[in-house]
Amino acid sequence: MQEIKREILTAKAAELLENGTVTRVLGWKRGEFDYDVTPAVFESAAELEEGFVWNDFCGANFSKYLIKETAKGEGKVLVFLKPCDTYSFNQLLTEHRFDREKVYAVGVPCAGMLDISRIKESAEGVLAVRTEGDQVLVDTLYDGTLTLDRAELLPDRCKHCKSKKHVAYDELLGEEGEVLDSHRFDEVEALEKMTPDERFAFWQNELSRCIRCNACRDVCPACTCEKCVFDNPESGVENKAAATSFEEKMFHIIRAFHVVGRCTDCGECSRVCPQHIPLHLLNRKFIKDIDNFYGEYQAGAEVGSRAPIVNYTEGDLEPGEAVKRGETHA
Amino acid sequence: MQRIGVFVCHCGTNIAGTVDVKAVAEALKTEPGVVFSTDYQYMCSQAGQDIIKNAIAEHKLTGIVVCSCSPRMHETTFRKTAAAAGLNPYMVEIANIREQCSWVHKEMEVGTEKAIILGKAAVAKVNLNTPLIPGESPVTKRALVIGGGIAGIQTALDIADAGFPVDIVETKPTIGGKMAQLDKTFPTLDCAACILTPKMVDVAQNEKIRIFSYSEVTEVKGFVGSFDVTIKRRARYVKEDVCTGCGLCTEKCPQKKVPNEFNLGMDNRRAIYIPFAQAVPKVATIDPNYCTMLKTGKCGVCSKVCTVGAIDYKAQDEYVQEKYGAIVVATGFNPISMEKFDEYAYAQSKDVITSLEFERLTNAAGPTQGKLLRPSDGEHPHTIVFVQCVGSRCESCAEKGKEYCSKICCMYTAKHAMLTRDKYPDTDVYVFYIDVRTPGKNFDEFYRRAVEEYGVHYIKGMVGKVSPEGKKLKVQASDLIAGKQLHIDADLVVLAAAIEPDKSARPLATMLTASMDTNDFFTEAHPKLRPVESPTAGVFLSGACQGPKDIPETVSQAGAAASKVIGLLCKDKLTGNPCVAHSNEWMCNGCSTCEKVCPYGAITYIDKEFRMPDRTTKVRRVASVNEAVCQGCGACTVACMSGAMDLKGFLNKQIMAEVDAICK
Amino acid sequence: MQVNGYKPLIVAFCCNWCSYAGADLAGNNRLNYPADVKIIRVPCSCRVNPMFILRAFQRGADGVIICGCHPGDCHYTSGNYYTRRRMALLFSMLDYLGIEKERTRVEWVSAAEGAKFAATMNDFVETVAALGENKRLEDLRCKK
Repeated sequence: MQEIKREILTAKAAELLENGTVTRVLGWKRGEFDYDVTPAVFESAAELEEGFVWNDFCGANFSKYLIKETAKGEGKVLVFLKPCDTYSFNQLLTEHRFDREKVYAVGVPCAGMLDISRIKESAEGVLAVRTEGDQVLVDTLYDGTLTLDRAELLPDRCKHCKSKKHVAYDELLGEEGEVLDSHRFDEVEALEKMTPDERFAFWQNELSRCIRCNACRDVCPACTCEKCVFDNPESGVENKAAATSFEEKMFHIIRAFHVVGRCTDCGECSRVCPQHIPLHLLNRKFIKDIDNFYGEYQAGAEVGSRAPIVNYTEGDLEPGEAVKRGETHA
Repeated sequence: MQRIGVFVCHCGTNIAGTVDVKAVAEALKTEPGVVFSTDYQYMCSQAGQDIIKNAIAEHKLTGIVVCSCSPRMHETTFRKTAAAAGLNPYMVEIANIREQCSWVHKEMEVGTEKAIILGKAAVAKVNLNTPLIPGESPVTKRALVIGGGIAGIQTALDIADAGFPVDIVETKPTIGGKMAQLDKTFPTLDCAACILTPKMVDVAQNEKIRIFSYSEVTEVKGFVGSFDVTIKRRARYVKEDVCTGCGLCTEKCPQKKVPNEFNLGMDNRRAIYIPFAQAVPKVATIDPNYCTMLKTGKCGVCSKVCTVGAIDYKAQDEYVQEKYGAIVVATGFNPISMEKFDEYAYAQSKDVITSLEFERLTNAAGPTQGKLLRPSDGEHPHTIVFVQCVGSRCESCAEKGKEYCSKICCMYTAKHAMLTRDKYPDTDVYVFYIDVRTPGKNFDEFYRRAVEEYGVHYIKGMVGKVSPEGKKLKVQASDLIAGKQLHIDADLVVLAAAIEPDKSARPLATMLTASMDTNDFFTEAHPKLRPVESPTAGVFLSGACQGPKDIPETVSQAGAAASKVIGLLCKDKLTGNPCVAHSNEWMCNGCSTCEKVCPYGAITYIDKEFRMPDRTTKVRRVASVNEAVCQGCGACTVACMSGAMDLKGFLNKQIMAEVDAICK
Repeated sequence: MQVNGYKPLIVAFCCNWCSYAGADLAGNNRLNYPADVKIIRVPCSCRVNPMFILRAFQRGADGVIICGCHPGDCHYTSGNYYTRRRMALLFSMLDYLGIEKERTRVEWVSAAEGAKFAATMNDFVETVAALGENKRLEDLRCKK
């Protein structure tokens, strides 16, 4: 279970609605199942009481929702931000995508969210899931209550959590965490060590499953374009359905390139991918390269920072050298 | 749908020799949009252009493709042709089938095939072309000249002569620059002051010219035609408009031990000073580093003796904002520091001097009233060794010298040697050189006179070491022609120090977004054809800031820069390049990414109201491109992820169409 | 150039001020290079969008080369510096996806380097020809 209880969040939200600080609350509500949690807007204490959910499946990063929600009118929006969400929050502020004055941000500590697909690998007919310490108890339709190891059920982004620290908030609930040494590039390195043929086979296998549902783009807090190039017939790359194996590659390379230096590595793309493609490995490759070629840079760590892709030094690495450096895993 | 005409040029046999031009014209006939296709011997000729003009009229063409030489050669020609026939000039595309096809491929079959593909790409692009109309921007009819040496003075005088107001900004308290410090000038040996000071007076008296002396440029905004410049006027603690330049204060000031920079520290001045007798403006300046009153609040002598009440100890730096249509850089040069050249004992001996110091020593207004005396003991030197190329042409000593030739040293050294022998025939004069370079009118004759008439000992070879011993300077050198080592006991050693751009040039270049070479000389827009213009529109180059130059060359370049400025200021409006970035406001996220990569600061953001489909209004932050500032590089178009930012003339879809046509 | 009956297709993006002029100079000096190279003129190498490169591969190009002014000599002062970073990251990503890294290249060619332009193109065509047809990035629908 998370460190902060649901009641503390609803009480905080109700208090801020009550005293007029905010007029709306961005929170989570239950979907079809317990583990099927979806973002929602709450406007009263009653609504909160009835529908607000805070559990191990509240993974959605609300930063992006603020663009539309703050534009809806007067009054502030209360948003609950987990540490990783705050990086996206800052990045969007850097890009002037919403008005900071219209947001009241409450930082919420996060113990890592659970990946329902990993639970389902071990449990059939999941009814309810609850965390107890390092264990996760899963009530199932057929096999009663199963006890699973929580660490095994974390999605990749939580397993390699980069930071428990909130880099932006108006108010913080619970304790402030720290930036972690996450080993988040291990998987990228493993891929780099493969031969080109193996890498090609790996990605061919992964990306060929893409159904071009655009979920990764739609959820990505860096993908906030007023008009996405993939929806724009004028752009020359617009294509709704994946027609050939190349189409997905083109889509995913362009998407990853468009978020270079802006991706905070929040991992939402992989979380929402219905085909379980490890899309974060594309973004992480760029992040790793940026760190490696131009010095460490964490998008969203501070508002207003200049991403390496829109910067240069006279002595930068030549593109040919860059590829070679990738080879030696320097 | 466009109606496109294709015109394939034979260029005599230049193209037709390797490309079957008829086949190209034929093949392109069936491309989408093409309604007319032909070939001709020389498309750029009058007759060829007439074919194009007639076809535009006859076939109601909306776009044309010329398959010919490089667009760098004749794009402008064919654009003018199109314009003459009433077609927007930007509806013309060139397929380069000469430089990039017929001249580099040998087989007819290969060349023809490639020419057709290049033609198809051009047709594909023209299909997406739209007429472009260049933007216009106003011209502020005032020029700024940065630097008040002979280059800046000449430029300012010439611009003012044409009737335009000019401001000169000079960091020193007076204009005049390096030339004011010189004694005589080669090859005519007239005295520098005699030819320079009348020009300085002209500047002072010219109603069109304002002098901001003791000032510097601190900020430049804007663009060609309308630069907004901030000039910092450093506090001189003397009211410029009140001071009469009588000089009484400079005689009474009790602080007498201030190194006189005008004489390169070889004598002293007071804390309040006028750099030299003919200074313009002739007003005193208080040196805040030495003035007792400013440092301790006790003294005030100058204020007491000043009969007009010009002293103002409370003066502050002032900032002047002014608008200019053009900026001329004339920041000049300095000799490099000799401190690191241990082999010549410059730091060890007062009698090892630079050529500029030698100028002051022989100048009648200098520290010795023009008598050539050793700085150490004031005695007349009997043996003088001149060393050329000290720090110039110095590939191995990049850390202290320069790789380039400083150009002026050969001639001034010949001048120094000649003048010394002329005034003091009892003096032995040696000149050590790598080469004597004397290209210039009457230059070689001048040098030969030094050798033949004045008996100067020119020795090819470098000086290895100068060691002070007692009153003498032991000079060890090699004579490359005689193939032997020389040992000379000299009384004075004169070093022809390399020259380098003034230190103020680099930060200024950043402010102006003007480019520089690795030596910090300003780069010209074209080394041969546009030598006095910077690549940054509206910024011009005058004098040694662009490269080492002697006075005649500087003056001619100054005049050339002035004429370019006059040409610009004559215009009421500037017509821009229409191939500039343009943001689709509906698609723009206002994310500020494009702004970060724009080298010209052409992009700003505005809050704009949008009428939404559901009839509500929404205020959004969107990018706005200043078309007069944008130079059309396209950096922003790639930085923009939504594709809102595009480049006219090189649209995303146009380039994609070319890619498609080539890869088909 | 042909290798086993296969002719590579090379798209070269050249900046107007240096590399395109360098290509013209190669022409002026009659320096040969394979006709497989087709040049697209862009104002600056920084105008080259990764989408253009992918598009070329999608449509069947076997190699894409981007030529610009030498770093420090950009007509627009800093354009090629951005090119250098963008392409370093893009090429590294393509390599990461298992695309042959020899198919992409950035080369700095000044207006005076006609010989370098020709030599670069000869070398690039040879390298790409040795790799054979681009299959990993090609969109089969675009093939005739």
